Amino acid sequence: MAEYLEPKILYAGDSAVIVEFGDSIDMKTNAKVQQLRRSIECAQLGGIVEMVPTYRSLAVYFDPVEVEDVGPFFERLKILAQKTKGEISEGGLTIVIPVCYGGEFGPDMGNVVSHTGLTEEEIIRRHTAPDYYCYMLGFTPGFSYLGGMDETLATPRLKEPRKVIPAGSVGIAGKQTGIYPIESPGGWQLIGRTPLRLFDPEGEPPFLIDAGMWVRFRSIAKEEYDEIAAKVVAREYKPEIFPKSGDAE
Amino acid sequence: MIFEVSTPGLLTTVQDLGRWGYQGKGMPVAGAMDPQALKIGNILVGNDPQEAALEITVMGPTLTVAEGEGLIALTGARMGFTINEIEAPLWQSIKVTAGDVISVTSPKGKGCRAYLCISGGIDVPLIMGSKSTYLRANVGGLEGRALKAGDVISTGPLKPLTWLAADFICPEYLRPERGPDLPLRVVLGPQDDAFTEKGIKTFLESEYKITNEADRMGYRLEGETIEHKSGADIISDAIPLGAVQVPGHGRPICMLADRQTTGGYTKIAVLCTPDIATLAQRIPGQSVSFKAISLEESIAATRAEREQIKELLKLRASYRSRRVFPKKEPKDKGIYHWMLKIDGKTYDVTVEELE
Repeated sequence: MAEYLEPKILYAGDSAVIVEFGDSIDMKTNAKVQQLRRSIECAQLGGIVEMVPTYRSLAVYFDPVEVEDVGPFFERLKILAQKTKGEISEGGLTIVIPVCYGGEFGPDMGNVVSHTGLTEEEIIRRHTAPDYYCYMLGFTPGFSYLGGMDETLATPRLKEPRKVIPAGSVGIAGKQTGIYPIESPGGWQLIGRTPLRLFDPEGEPPFLIDAGMWVRFRSIAKEEYDEIAAKVVAREYKPEIFPKSGDAE
Repeated sequence: MIFEVSTPGLLTTVQDLGRWGYQGKGMPVAGAMDPQALKIGNILVGNDPQEAALEITVMGPTLTVAEGEGLIALTGARMGFTINEIEAPLWQSIKVTAGDVISVTSPKGKGCRAYLCISGGIDVPLIMGSKSTYLRANVGGLEGRALKAGDVISTGPLKPLTWLAADFICPEYLRPERGPDLPLRVVLGPQDDAFTEKGIKTFLESEYKITNEADRMGYRLEGETIEHKSGADIISDAIPLGAVQVPGHGRPICMLADRQTTGGYTKIAVLCTPDIATLAQRIPGQSVSFKAISLEESIAATRAEREQIKELLKLRASYRSRRVFPKKEPKDKGIYHWMLKIDGKTYDVTVEELE
């Protein structure tokens, strides 16, 4: 069984505690993490510094001076955790990420074509088909761990990682797909690039994607990429975000 | 004040207490590696404890005061410290004025990170609520990077009563003990159950050495291999400040200010908050040992350190309210009238000498 019968409270030093719901990556467990985050926000417990939701657990950072007694504090978290039902919410937000696939922006498209045996058009069709669930953010500022990629697209990482991958690159690594928010080294197979800035320290807000959101890729041509890129630079671009149950088109 | 940087030192960055609140978005916290030393330095120069200062690593910078005057204080590691080539004391606020040359050299004793705190703080923009420099993403501080020669650093507006803090000294007992031989206290967890009993014993009873891979992100240690029950990989979860991560190779890595927010390796324990800075003051080649304490003990130690800051703030208030007006002969022998200022409030105090 992937999900624990009882949520676990794990000690993580004098200023953090982990509430863990299970030991697998699945939407129900993660939905509990997101719900717990919301119910803690609503409960307005004093002394909480911040919360970090991950696949199957929520880290709660607290101030050990403001939290007078950790025993009752942890107990309170546990009760809130027990109350989460793990309903996969249909009401989450979906964000559309425009991507220019292949060509100069997708230097590894050829690798994915030869590994999967699919045509470039079919790869783009399958990559843009689902809404991906953002389980968590981590690794670098704004990097989203997405679930839901069509497994026929799975391609192993590059044997020789690149030293520099431009910000906005969209790649595949094994069964995962993701977007590089900042320039960084890495071994993902790059299939395209988005003109959006997933992380903009001076942006309001600084991050486009949050844990619990859905991500939909939309294929765009180079002309549209340039247009959007210009708007992004001028801070005039408004990303398409809508309730998941609603219809974008 | 305005400072000109003649030599930047090995790694000098602007740091405050860190960029909290965005770890859920994958944003590392950064901030001072020895926050207690930063807070003390700020109190000495009349700032709020959380103000940004220059964090100096191993080899310090040389700065010239180009304009204005103010207070500075150097805290943390015992670095060589001169003003106009004359040795200057650490843990004390010192008045500097245009033309003064401030030089921080290499450690003369314990520690490798010092804080040059300046009255008014460092005037750089708040990025996501913090002035801290996070080098890997070039965020915060001075253009997201370390200081370089030719940089110009401006300070912010002075806090009220700053000048009254001139020459204020942090008493010895409030300076953090960062002994190079102290065992580091840890609370076991969150994944201590991923290790065999033998593994936990190895971790707590062996002596480790700090490798050359030791920076603001984390310290890799070498020594006895810590045995896992069945593998070191977990589903990625949050990495708290001070977490001791043990990957498949079985050697611990202590995760510090610039650590990534999440990771997929087992964490055997988390350092007690004050001991995170104790480790951060050590350098490659020095040894590290761990001692398990209870969560309650760890919290008590963290609270005690916070109490010391409160204590220093009180001392500063009474230091500032020492006789602030020129000496006058008391009207009546043995009766003194003082005006005390404590936290902005003024009190009239009369002291009468009996006998």
